[in-house]
Amino acid sequence: MSIIPLAGYLVISTVMFTAGVYGFLSRRNMLTILMSLELMLNAADINFVAFNKYLFPGQLEGHFFALFAIGVSAAETAIAIAIIINIYRNLKNINVDEVNKMKY
Amino acid sequence: MAEQIIFYVLAIVIVVFSILTVTSRRVLRAATYLLFVLLATAGLYLLMGYQFLFGVQISVYAGGIMVLYIFSILLTSHAGDKVNKVSLKRQLPAAFAALAGLAVCGHIIFHNVYKVADIVASDPTMQEIGKAIMGTNKYQYLLPFEAISILLLACIIGGIVIARKR
Repeated sequence: MSIIPLAGYLVISTVMFTAGVYGFLSRRNMLTILMSLELMLNAADINFVAFNKYLFPGQLEGHFFALFAIGVSAAETAIAIAIIINIYRNLKNINVDEVNKMKY
Repeated sequence: MAEQIIFYVLAIVIVVFSILTVTSRRVLRAATYLLFVLLATAGLYLLMGYQFLFGVQISVYAGGIMVLYIFSILLTSHAGDKVNKVSLKRQLPAAFAALAGLAVCGHIIFHNVYKVADIVASDPTMQEIGKAIMGTNKYQYLLPFEAISILLLACIIGGIVIARKR
């Protein structure tokens, strides 16, 4: 009944993921790196849900995997932002090139 | 037909704004573009018929995480600040890695995935989701649910310990 092919969702998530890869490798600001990471996680979630919908309808594994991945990524973002704010408080800088002291 | 139009609109929004997210030089704008990407992703979930996931995506990602991002951006930079220009030496390998990944995945999708037939069953009801998340039988997920609640508790404590004033 649905006319959108599975490949449509996969193409979208591939573009999103590779945009995340590009940002992760080229950006120097910690917050923008974290945003690229967020894009990649989101692309993976789309894949899980799309595969669940098209290959295993009637089951909910992909649905719950995406659900738990969203929870885990929320926790990860909160901790990462706490660390970034702490780094900023100590070094007044969140540029990965200039943050090279691991002690405070 | 309507479904297809909505899908194309969401696809264009996701592609354009995810590229803008990683190329915009103003951090606050990048965060706003990321918000659009996350909302469009929620739209995709709704299009696939997973209303619960749509709600979770809106409330956790677009609501919670984006507020955290915007607060931390405002704490660590001034509103009009631009990020330093990325040097070409850094841009080229990143662009190469991204394009290579895109080429490999695109090739696989167009040569293998189109062969998969699409069978679509009815959407899961809220009752099914609730039973699956709170049950202990096969294909029920009480244990990961508890594990993630422990993880969130550890995350709360960790956040307080890391970010408190010394």
